[in-house]
Amino acid sequence: MSVPYVLLGLLEDSPRHGYELKRDYDSLFAQSKQVKFGQIYATLGRLERDGLIDLAGEERGQGPDRKRYAITGEGVTDLEQWLSEPEPAEPNLQSVLFTKVVLALFSDRPAQPYLEAQRAEHLKRMRELTRIKEEGRLAAALASDYALFHLEADLRWMELASARLTRLEKEVKR
Amino acid sequence: MTVDVKEDLIVTTGALPAAIVASGIVKTYKQGDEVIHALRGVDLTVEQGEFLAITGASGSGKSTLLHILGGLDRPDGGEVLLEGRRISELSDEDLSIVRRRRLGFVLQFFNLLPTLSAVENAAFPLMLDGKSDAIDLARASLDSVGLGGRAEHRPGHLSGGEQQRVALARALVTQPAVVLADEPTGNLDSLTGEDILKLLRRTADAGQTIVMVTHDARSASYADRVVRLVDGLVVDQDNGA
Repeated sequence: MSVPYVLLGLLEDSPRHGYELKRDYDSLFAQSKQVKFGQIYATLGRLERDGLIDLAGEERGQGPDRKRYAITGEGVTDLEQWLSEPEPAEPNLQSVLFTKVVLALFSDRPAQPYLEAQRAEHLKRMRELTRIKEEGRLAAALASDYALFHLEADLRWMELASARLTRLEKEVKR
Repeated sequence: MTVDVKEDLIVTTGALPAAIVASGIVKTYKQGDEVIHALRGVDLTVEQGEFLAITGASGSGKSTLLHILGGLDRPDGGEVLLEGRRISELSDEDLSIVRRRRLGFVLQFFNLLPTLSAVENAAFPLMLDGKSDAIDLARASLDSVGLGGRAEHRPGHLSGGEQQRVALARALVTQPAVVLADEPTGNLDSLTGEDILKLLRRTADAGQTIVMVTHDARSASYADRVVRLVDGLVVDQDNGA
């Protein structure tokens, strides 16, 4: 989960209100799905509890938006560590696709129609992402490319799985 | 003359004919004693202004299909209508005229003439037809692919991406009904390839009909619609809606 670290990074740049954090988060990272206010405030609460951020000022008025937050020294250390640490090289979508195929065959259902549908879904999304690349700024284009390369890898795997369904079925039902 | 049902339909509806209508395309090769069914009855319609990608693994028949759509190869069965006109029945001579005037080709290895300059290469299809304004039109076509500044260079002095732009300018110079592209980025690095795909996309957005064959899903995602061939048959059609 990278939301806490994104907030730390934004707060390291300068102290911010919750709504500013949401705005900047969405503009930098939300290519398809925006972050919810609820998640921002819940995350800020946890970061404050853990001593990674501090209240930098509180204005008069009602509601959570009167609070301004700043990063602490501990927060910077945490952020730096996360930024330099490689993520476990886990496959992301593949495990779901794989599970659906194996489970379908195991339960005597055909897996090919699912793979066809998934392929169409992937191709459709790839076209959308390519359109975003055409219109967007460089950051949006690179985020799209990241997704495109991953979806392409999924497609290759689906191609391979399609060609081997008969053998796979024998194996899972043994 | 026999009445063609499809041509009849076009007349009665009064609509623009599709750029390409291929129906029941069959193509078989013999390799020694073995008979290879490259295409087993492909139906495909390409609307005017559409950018269609044909994908499939190698050996799926996609290049064979493109060659048949472009009149470079004749099918064993089925027929191809280009702008409502049956090309499968044309003589070789008429077919080569239709190819030159109504179709533009962009191939993997550029296929430029090494002794001609970029602008002469781009003008080539028009020069074969003896058009006096061939060079002027070719210059405009080179400008449209962003290569106006390299018009006098020979292919050997151009990068791969630039050579492919010349090939695209040549394909577009006749204002063809359809541009047929066979793995147009297959011989380019990925960044240069992307420039060519963006150029194809922009050309399509300006109203040009394009059919592109590619094995690569990322390239295909520049198109409006993707069809996939497996063992000589269209197995899925994904329409952009």
